[in-house]
Amino acid sequence: MSATLVPDVGRTVVRANYHPATLVGGSVVVAAFFSAAPWILPAAWVSVLNNFFLLLILATMWNLLAGYAGMVSIGQQGFIGLGSYALLYLALKGMNPFAAIPLAALVAGVIAVPVTFLLFRLRGGYFSVATWVVADSAMLVILSISYLGGGTGRPMPGLTSLSPTEYNHDSYLATWLTALVVSVGTYLLLRSRLGLVLASMRDSETAARSSGAKVTSTRRWIFVIAAMGCGAAGAVLAISQPFVQPGNAFNINWLAEMLFATIIGGIGTVEGPIIGTIVYFVLYQTLQGLGAWYLIIFGALAVAVALWQPGGVWGLVRDKTRFELLPVGYRVREK
Amino acid sequence: MSALLDVEDLVVHHGQLCAVDDVSLHVAEGEVLAVVGANGAGKSTLLRTIAGLHRPSAGVVHFAGEDVSRLGAHERVRRGISLVPEGRRLFRSLTLEENLLVGAHKALTGSFDIPAVYEIFPWMRERRRASVAQFSGGEQQAVAIGRALVANPRVLMLDEVSLGLAPIVIERIYEVIPSIVAQGVAVLLVEQDVSQGLKVAHRVHCLLEGRTSLEGRPDELSARDIEEAYFGADLHHSQPGGPS
Amino acid sequence: MTWTNVIVQGILFGGFYALFACGLSLLFGVMRIINLAHGDIAVVAGYTAVFLVPHLHIAEVWGFVVVVPIFALVGYVLQRTLLQAALDRSPLTTLLVTFGLSVLIENLLLEIYTANGQSVNIGSLIGNSWQVNSVIYVSWFQLVVLIVAVAVLGVLQVYLSKTNTGRLIRAVSDDREAAQICGANYRHIFGIAAAIAVATVALAGISYGILTELTPTTGGSQVLLYAFEAVVIGGIGSLWGTLIGGILLGVAQQIGAHYNPAYQVLAGHVLFLAILALRPQGLFGKKEALT
Ligand SMILES: Nc1ncnc2c1ncn2[C@@H]1O[C@H](COP(=O)(O)OP(=O)(O)OP(=O)(O)O)[C@@H](O)[C@H]1O
Ligand SMILES: [Mg+2]
Repeated sequence: MSATLVPDVGRTVVRANYHPATLVGGSVVVAAFFSAAPWILPAAWVSVLNNFFLLLILATMWNLLAGYAGMVSIGQQGFIGLGSYALLYLALKGMNPFAAIPLAALVAGVIAVPVTFLLFRLRGGYFSVATWVVADSAMLVILSISYLGGGTGRPMPGLTSLSPTEYNHDSYLATWLTALVVSVGTYLLLRSRLGLVLASMRDSETAARSSGAKVTSTRRWIFVIAAMGCGAAGAVLAISQPFVQPGNAFNINWLAEMLFATIIGGIGTVEGPIIGTIVYFVLYQTLQGLGAWYLIIFGALAVAVALWQPGGVWGLVRDKTRFELLPVGYRVREK
Repeated sequence: MSALLDVEDLVVHHGQLCAVDDVSLHVAEGEVLAVVGANGAGKSTLLRTIAGLHRPSAGVVHFAGEDVSRLGAHERVRRGISLVPEGRRLFRSLTLEENLLVGAHKALTGSFDIPAVYEIFPWMRERRRASVAQFSGGEQQAVAIGRALVANPRVLMLDEVSLGLAPIVIERIYEVIPSIVAQGVAVLLVEQDVSQGLKVAHRVHCLLEGRTSLEGRPDELSARDIEEAYFGADLHHSQPGGPS
Repeated sequence: MTWTNVIVQGILFGGFYALFACGLSLLFGVMRIINLAHGDIAVVAGYTAVFLVPHLHIAEVWGFVVVVPIFALVGYVLQRTLLQAALDRSPLTTLLVTFGLSVLIENLLLEIYTANGQSVNIGSLIGNSWQVNSVIYVSWFQLVVLIVAVAVLGVLQVYLSKTNTGRLIRAVSDDREAAQICGANYRHIFGIAAAIAVATVALAGISYGILTELTPTTGGSQVLLYAFEAVVIGGIGSLWGTLIGGILLGVAQQIGAHYNPAYQVLAGHVLFLAILALRPQGLFGKKEALT
């Protein structure tokens, strides 16, 4: 008993099992590589990377919602759509689309605030379906606004002054930078006080429920942040298309992809969405030209993982090696 | 040894925690065994494992000569093992009679049926259509016992039936035990209140932090033995396994 | 008079929504599962009626006699395998698995049968209607569906309250462990509940396929959402509340459609969100059911 409660001498409390400088140094190298990608990689690869980072943003947000805060949203496509359309609106009003990305994310976040007051009245699966109702409502409202192109959509204005190469580079860089901000932001968030509350919510639901107000406000913050992240993803999606259409911006397949990627990679881990997104792209590239089969196989894989390997690929790796790439918690290490 | 119920070297874990550690016990037909022990001693875990609600990490449960360790809880009911669980656990949206009907739906043949339960607790007949959610603690406990009895068990396990009840109510509940035993039913009861257990039991089995600390007949055991076995005071001086 | 017609048409649609919803409500009540593939199962049942029944040499109106029992079996097997395995893990897993199932079903239908709409053809019967006066028409078929919905809910209510198995279903949903020590195999009981739920939604799916058309995505974006809205509007845990919820949803949608066909679905969502804001336990639900 006592051994598990009180760490004996001969152990130290550490975050990672490698030196912190390695983390910072490694991150800088990786960031520099992806920033330089348009100049050193073929255009086709850059376009794949663009989609990769788009899904990475989405999976990271969904993981934050479901894996850390226990909110299984099936309505995130709503915020993607709202982000896309907010950007379209701002661009139609004459703003530079690239400069408007943060603003579009903010719009999604602001809309999410009142939404939480309604949705948090429901729990579990009821909460889940209600998120979809909200997403569907958002789409139906957008559909009825002819200024935004109604059902057929509208091309994204403000991009015609760019040459095709410039456009490709810039839209990739926008996606990559958004992904960087979202990933680093999420990582810092999980290491912050909010992250501590989340951890305690996961460890002991009863203890967390007794401090109800704090839990609710934490959940609210997470929901709004995830809405902003998905809104930002919608905005960069609108630029990289560059055409905004309800059937694409609000597509439930976005949700399926972010959810499957998170589960396969490892829900509730920082590394999971990254791994899951890589698995997704390997499958997608291999099964190209076979229509929806990539999604069918990806989904079947996700169901199997949820049932028989709930820690996902990363959980498997970690159990085998006790290695953490991006540590957020502390652990006791034998000296 | 071949009693009705033979539990051999049972070990049960809740995750990392070892709640029952190498416990063996035997109950014969028509015998009353009281398992006593402090809070968290592992009494409920022991009964629930015998009933089939927990899987043991080691050890076996033999019932009427058959190894029932792999059977599910619902299959053990068909063999004649019934549990009155801690906290009563009635079906709150069902009426009294419906609770008993659920208890009887896989009953063995025997002398206990719903009218027989109404004989034991005459007030029930009047209120058989009432929802059990509004019943008092003592009434709910009686229904829980009735629900287990109508399955016609060969061994009836009672988990802290006195908990939270007034002394007079406890007395009334305990009054029925002799008539049950008279039918040849074996009774395995768990009590935190040792004196209550000693009054009805033929033998006593004391648990301390999941281990057997003492067993024997009530008249053989001194108050001091039991106190030590119960609280673990001075444990290393007493003999594990106790004077039996 | 036009308003009367709007309300009448809304009530008729409400029958569908109640039929969609009662299985969802039952599964949640008994095993606390929200089956996100609920609507997709309805669509698969509809497709089965479209593609299988013509080979069987029976009149297509009677297709449900074959399809519904098949789906009861599907429901039982689904529960005893995938859903039970998910339930043994965690509530989160049931959501992930049923969502996965939903995506799988939709995309498989898309791959096999394309995105084209499919209808269950019952010939001229569908056209029959009863003209009440110059503006109000009542479609016989829709009236039949409404009656069937009321009958299904009534039979379900009697089944749950009066039969042995129904009593066991209620006992298991009260306290699974206590039911086990009364000799009930809760997995089997869950299977029976799932069989009933899937059978009713299959019936709803076939009816919907007769009235309009089904596409691979009808199950998620329509059936599931409408069923869910009917349950929440009526009140979680109340079967008759679900019927009223379905009817109110139908009426709200018809009122929306009366102003602009594009507002039909949105009006239903608005009613749902308003209920959530003003009376989250629904019209006939209890507060406790929310937690
Ligand atoms: N479901 C469970 N999960 C985890 N730990 C459990 C569980 N049930 C019991 N325990 C732990 O196992 C130990 C034994 O518990 P048990 O309920 O068997 O004791 P008990 O003797 O019945 O106590 P009491 O007199 O309080 O009823 C306790 O430390 C308890 O905290
Ligand atoms: Mg106990």
